Amino acid sequence: MERAALDFWVGLFVMAGFAALMGLALKVSNTNGFGNSSSYRVEASFDNIGSLKVNAPIKSAGVVVGRVSKIRFDNKTFQADVTLKLDSRYAFPKDTSASIMTSGLLGEQYLALDAGGDSKNLVNGDKIRLTQSAVVLENLISQFLYSKASDTPKNNSNQGAATALPGTHP
Amino acid sequence: MKSPKQNIITRIGHGSIDGIWSLGVIARFLMQIVLRSGTSLRRFSLVIREIYASGVRSLIIIVVSGLFVGMVLALQGYQTLETYGSEQSLGILVALSLVRELGPVVSALLFASRAGSAITAEVGLMKTTEQLQAMEMMAVDPVARIVAPRFWGGVISMPLLAAIFSMVGVYGGYLIGVVLLGVDEGAFWSQMQSAVSLRQDVLNGVIKSIVFGFAVTTIALFEGYDSMPTAEGISRATTRTVVNSSLAILALDFVLTAFMFKGM
Amino acid sequence: MFIFTKLDVPTDNLIEIRDVSFAYRERPILKGINLTMPRGKVIAIMGGSGSGKTTLLRLIGGQLRPDQGEVRVDGKIIHQLKLAELYQMRRKMGMLFQFGALFTDMSVFENVAFQMREHTDLSAEMIHDLVLLKLQAVGLRGAQSLMPHELSGGMARRVALARAIALDPMLIMYDEPFTGLDPISMGVIGNLIRRLTDALGLTSILVTHDIEKSLQIVDYIYFISNGVVEAEGTPDQIRASKLPFVHQFVHAEEDGPVPFHYPAPDYASDLGLSRLP
Repeated sequence: MERAALDFWVGLFVMAGFAALMGLALKVSNTNGFGNSSSYRVEASFDNIGSLKVNAPIKSAGVVVGRVSKIRFDNKTFQADVTLKLDSRYAFPKDTSASIMTSGLLGEQYLALDAGGDSKNLVNGDKIRLTQSAVVLENLISQFLYSKASDTPKNNSNQGAATALPGTHP
Repeated sequence: MKSPKQNIITRIGHGSIDGIWSLGVIARFLMQIVLRSGTSLRRFSLVIREIYASGVRSLIIIVVSGLFVGMVLALQGYQTLETYGSEQSLGILVALSLVRELGPVVSALLFASRAGSAITAEVGLMKTTEQLQAMEMMAVDPVARIVAPRFWGGVISMPLLAAIFSMVGVYGGYLIGVVLLGVDEGAFWSQMQSAVSLRQDVLNGVIKSIVFGFAVTTIALFEGYDSMPTAEGISRATTRTVVNSSLAILALDFVLTAFMFKGM
Repeated sequence: MFIFTKLDVPTDNLIEIRDVSFAYRERPILKGINLTMPRGKVIAIMGGSGSGKTTLLRLIGGQLRPDQGEVRVDGKIIHQLKLAELYQMRRKMGMLFQFGALFTDMSVFENVAFQMREHTDLSAEMIHDLVLLKLQAVGLRGAQSLMPHELSGGMARRVALARAIALDPMLIMYDEPFTGLDPISMGVIGNLIRRLTDALGLTSILVTHDIEKSLQIVDYIYFISNGVVEAEGTPDQIRASKLPFVHQFVHAEEDGPVPFHYPAPDYASDLGLSRLP
């Protein structure tokens, strides 16, 4: 084969290969694994985190604003301490509340942030005071059945289920 | 007379010693190649020829297989995900399977049987027809002139082929999932993007394919260079290349996966 | 052993082989062999198949190490050279392999140009002219763009010959150059060997068992058998020889000092006949 034709085909091949690598990098994947220069960390404690995992998304108004970076058990308070890694493009007031939600009925769990009204914003190392634990389906069902059984004469099951939801911790 | 039990133990011992011995021989061969790669790097046109032979010529089989693997993944995955009502996650399933496992592994297996066997046959034939000896008698080192360029050609081609395989596979999945089965296009890509990490998944996949490239080309060249200089010898060496590199790919894949993804 | 009169130029020997022994594993091939090869001559090494002729060439080329003794080429002991020195020495040697051993992935032109490209910094035009010169010498200038698989056996060997003389070596070794050739090609190769040796002032070593052709073109012949030199002499001396071994070889007799039968126990006893009354 002619040298020039050979070089041409190899050039084309190498370009296609690098294009594929770029495609994998830009179109298929995210760059979350890289660096943490543009993020800040805050803490939050939960009574129960359900099946929240490290790297689970943190959403506010449904938009991903960060990821869970660490989960550990506090042996003094018997709570789960979760470290949130938030994108520094987004700032939240001090009295923002964090709750653990489930996407869909059986989907993965994520952490939702509800912005409060404080004039000061959360900074690196702060702790979110207002948290709401994960809804554990078994608890929900058993409480529902319990209240349903006691409410049977009044036939007011909807309210019973609503009050059975775990309360907000200050 | 030995008892049968002794025989088994002896055989296991013999096999182990043989295995370690040949690992050592191959490692030394690899070292020789790397040490004598000066010529290849100085005259890069030699390597370009080999990239053509092992990379460009494997392109068609890689693209076609990648497309089909991606399409099958989408079909199969859709059936399962639909049961849980989460067919939106099809993109994740296709992309993660391809980028982490199937891309590097299947393309390396194809590379071993397409390019690896060709390398073995070519080098084996050169040995059989005394071309390697003739070269040595012309004061040209056959390892530097014949083996090393093929080695670097293969090592450079392999990760590029694996990347092309994965990318084509993802588009194959897109074709089936989005175009044919009607998964939402936005969900397909965005879910994929949010779940596939560049460092954890893509980069590790690339590292795998580089390791496989080293393994396959080294085995192929070794079998060719070490083959018996007869027609039967070449055919046996070619078979051994395909079998041994396939086993090496699968074993290395297990080891690498265990190291890379154990924290997840 | 009967030894013919020594050649008359013993002072300037290109190759001196002194008391060389060599064995493949346990099988001895050469047993203390002695040969001298003067410059500017065509020397044939003859002997039956498996008598160690090719081994001798490998020892001269430094591809094998003698177990004992020494091979001197151009005054240097080959097996004591460092790798770089050995490669330097090999640039001055050409070797023609049994079936040519042309590089199958290169054209005829590229085959001949190979060593020039590897070892010299000659310009492209210079290499072009030199290659055509070498191909012209073997009569294959017109075949320069063919690939090796398009050549006949004789042509392939002529290309290999052009390749062997590419860098004007001082020594060319021919490993069975006549094997598998028709009489015409054989004549062409034989005459080329003679002509090139004389024209380029080089030394040729011919390993062959084609006695007839060799007697026509060589200056001196060594007969090797059982790892030692069995007989030697000029073609005329060989033709006139009454030595049984040489006689058998020259006249291609089936049985003689080289036995027809591989060593075996007595035929009758092997068949079990000795047990019969």
